[in-house]
Amino acid sequence: MDLHLNNISHFYEDLEVLEDISLDIPSGQIVCIIGPSGCGKSTLLRIIGGLERPDSGEILQVGAPPEGCLNPLTYIFQDFALLPWRSVEGNISLALEDHGIGKSDRNEIISDVLARTKLSEFRKAFPRQLSGGMKQRVAIARALSVNPAVMLMDEPLSALDGQTRELLMDDLIDLWTREKFTACYVTHNLAEAVAFGHRIVVMSRRPGKIREIVDIDMPLSERRGNPAKLEALQKQLWNLMREEAIAADKELTHA
Amino acid sequence: MPDQHHVPFRGKGFTPKPMGIVGPLVFVAIIAFWEFGSRSGFISALVLPAPSEALEAFIQLVNSGMLWKHLSASLYRLLIGWTCGTVLGVVVGVMIGLSSLARETLSPIVSAIFPIPKIALLPLFIIWFGIGEGSKIATILFGTFFPTVIATYGGVDNVDRSLIRMGQSFGLSWSSIVRKIILPGALPAILSGFRISTSIAIVLLVAAEMIGAEYGVGAYILLAGSLMETGQLIAGVAILSAIGLTMSWLIGKAEKHFLDWRT
Repeated sequence: MDLHLNNISHFYEDLEVLEDISLDIPSGQIVCIIGPSGCGKSTLLRIIGGLERPDSGEILQVGAPPEGCLNPLTYIFQDFALLPWRSVEGNISLALEDHGIGKSDRNEIISDVLARTKLSEFRKAFPRQLSGGMKQRVAIARALSVNPAVMLMDEPLSALDGQTRELLMDDLIDLWTREKFTACYVTHNLAEAVAFGHRIVVMSRRPGKIREIVDIDMPLSERRGNPAKLEALQKQLWNLMREEAIAADKELTHA
Repeated sequence: MPDQHHVPFRGKGFTPKPMGIVGPLVFVAIIAFWEFGSRSGFISALVLPAPSEALEAFIQLVNSGMLWKHLSASLYRLLIGWTCGTVLGVVVGVMIGLSSLARETLSPIVSAIFPIPKIALLPLFIIWFGIGEGSKIATILFGTFFPTVIATYGGVDNVDRSLIRMGQSFGLSWSSIVRKIILPGALPAILSGFRISTSIAIVLLVAAEMIGAEYGVGAYILLAGSLMETGQLIAGVAILSAIGLTMSWLIGKAEKHFLDWRT
């Protein structure tokens, strides 16, 4: 299933936050959206998943979601959004309970996604017992459990420390290599974008507009072994963003 | 060689530590001092009876079979009044928390009635519900309803919005979001509301029983007071304290059971 964004514009009261965004998210690819803080990239992601309604423009799902898909557009949040009163298993089960799946089938799905995210031994643990990286793994497992057509990832690694971030990024690349999924990945971190994105969308400061789209042909699995190339790409992107980031930093917040 | 000395430790204090038997010890010491004061005569028996006298009165109460009669009457009123008041309070609180219409219509009323001491309404309740059980239960119900409403909708308001958004993003139904995200998230606030409402319930119970009741701990205390039977009076007060402690212990148990995910 592909997603097409056609001429999305959005205002907060009089303030224009998104201006005429048109973008394709093709099946099996990872589209990274990067931009300085306050460029509306998280708002855009909320709009893509239907958590917010744009003032104009439309989002189209093209083609059918994969078979057995329970929730075509599934988020992974920066703050994990796990229920603290449910165990790891219970948190994943939450996403399945409303779909009329029997208990044994549910357990099977939970076992499968926990194995894929290397969490099997933490099945009964509670969120408070887990580190940040583990919590985000649980959130990823929960997202995988509903077999989404597109994963909408809102700065999933930003709340984690540097080392955990590296490890989790490797895991994400692994997951994708084993079973290709479609994702829209919002971040302000250039290193994550060049490590994980097939297509990188650079957004400009308010009102958020698409400034440039950079396609990276190198397969994800080869990128780790080619740091020089990634470094160059990162530099190229930074040059695009630098001025904007400086200006964004000086701006007064309107929130 | 330059002058050298240890860095002084400055991080002392400001962290409460459990000290085990100190609490019970203080309790025992006060009772012992009181008993001693009464026996030696520097606490006048007219002003304050000795603890042993209160104990005697209590034993007498047990032996006469009246303890259960008074206690059951009181507990019955407490249980019915508090249960109805909190159930209604939680329901209305959740409604205010979830619906803008309910918030706009009900919350001004709640704010206006909440600060009224419900004892002031007792005469009115007697006119409405009669001098019997009705007015007593209504007073307790009313008194526990309002703090529960306020605690509950405060709790609902404080549920992490990102969790609700997560529920929506997974396509959960409205009722699933309420049952699985909002109610558990508001439960800590609801349970701490219970602590307040139980103590209010005991205050109102005694007040209602003092106005017109044949049986009940409040009636027992009132009668003891009018007969200058201070030993019985202290025994009655001790029973009230025991009721309060039991209720707060039960709520503590409930908190441990339902909120074990917090610590």
